[in-house]
Amino acid sequence: MEQQTRGTIGQQIELPFMESVRISFQSLMIRFGRSVITTAGITLGIAFLVSVLVNNEVSVAMKESGSKQEITTFEAEEPKGISMKDKWLIIMSLIVCVVGIANSMLMAVTERFQEIGTMKCLGALDRFVVRLFLLESGFQGLAGALIGALIGCLGSLLLGLKDYGLDLFFYFPMLPVLNEQPARFGVLLIILAGCVLGMILSVIGAAFPAWRAAKLPPAEAMRTEV
Amino acid sequence: MADVVVKTEKVVKEYRMGTNVLRALDGIDLEIYSGEYISLMGPSGSGKSTLFNMIGALDLPTAGRVFIDGQDMGRLSQSQIAWFRCHRVGYIFQSYNLLHVMTALENVTLPMIFAGLSTSERRDKGAELLDRVGLGERIHHRPDELSGGQRQRVAIARAFANGPSIILADEPTANLDTVIGREIIDLIKQLNVDQGVTVISATHDLKMLDVSDRIVDIRDGLVERIRNRDEIEIQVGEVGGH
Repeated sequence: MEQQTRGTIGQQIELPFMESVRISFQSLMIRFGRSVITTAGITLGIAFLVSVLVNNEVSVAMKESGSKQEITTFEAEEPKGISMKDKWLIIMSLIVCVVGIANSMLMAVTERFQEIGTMKCLGALDRFVVRLFLLESGFQGLAGALIGALIGCLGSLLLGLKDYGLDLFFYFPMLPVLNEQPARFGVLLIILAGCVLGMILSVIGAAFPAWRAAKLPPAEAMRTEV
Repeated sequence: MADVVVKTEKVVKEYRMGTNVLRALDGIDLEIYSGEYISLMGPSGSGKSTLFNMIGALDLPTAGRVFIDGQDMGRLSQSQIAWFRCHRVGYIFQSYNLLHVMTALENVTLPMIFAGLSTSERRDKGAELLDRVGLGERIHHRPDELSGGQRQRVAIARAFANGPSIILADEPTANLDTVIGREIIDLIKQLNVDQGVTVISATHDLKMLDVSDRIVDIRDGLVERIRNRDEIEIQVGEVGGH
């Protein structure tokens, strides 16, 4: 319990990135139930996005394979790409995701006023608080989007099996084909993009609540009743 | 005469509430000496909490100046104020304010992370502090697995994490029963004497006044009077039944 030399003053306050990751992850795990509910929003949005994109990839792949083989079940189908209606639905669902995340994070900030104030009393800088909230949200986004992407992909696979039968497995567009016009991204890249997008949307949704949390005056912690 | 560790000069704090301006502090002049145990007393709305926040670098005055350890708080940058809170001031709250997602050890070592200590240094120092407050066996327990008195002990250990020169205790016994409250007061007083740390406490608890060197009465945003411990007579009853 040694005391600092009196009269001197420093500026160096730190929170190593790995410590931020550990604290954010711990915070999510402790509030697992709430985290799952917040994550469900992003899961549904990304599941919808991925299923539409994978459906499109599958129909293009099967159409191309159909031109090489005599498969009549889908002869009449023309791959038309993603319709305007689907695009509109995707955009709407992703906006709903972001609003849902923002709402959940605002509630989380309000619930944790005292925790944030206490951390600031202990020396936390505003940017530490922002980082902790953004990391939490990023983790939720990544987990939710990964689950959503897998659900969306599985849904499309089942739909493809219904339409095209077991042939689907021979022509399943797993890998990207970039030298074709238009380029085909493949299912793996779609899943990856879905995960990244989910994480980014989640962080965007948390940005304002995190900023609001960081600006909370530490004196609030003294005033707040448990 | 000991060094002045906290000094306020004509500190005014106003809060704007719609078109009204509420003056919570109306020109407070106060000097607090190094190693002193001082109690701030005053009824609700007297400005006691506002003054407490000023002294703890948690808020800045509308007018006047607050010096902590010789530094004018109004002239410090945000990062310097954060450094001050981290290194120079230890806070003990009425409602403990422990982070519920963390164990006792993690709560105590959090300010040490901000101060840049290594993992092993933090673990050793945190365990030593918890041992010193009598919780050596419960360092891996979360706050909801501890009693009120034990939580306040964790908060005390956390307040001492970075060797502060000032401990700010905001009604630390208000949520505790008499016996546990007495134990907490004795612990704070013991650390005050052993470490030479200045303790500034807002309280209504007579037991806390009993161990204070000086008692500052705040009323209507002003210092009404300052009394030395030997000027007042306090009889603190003992509660039996062990």
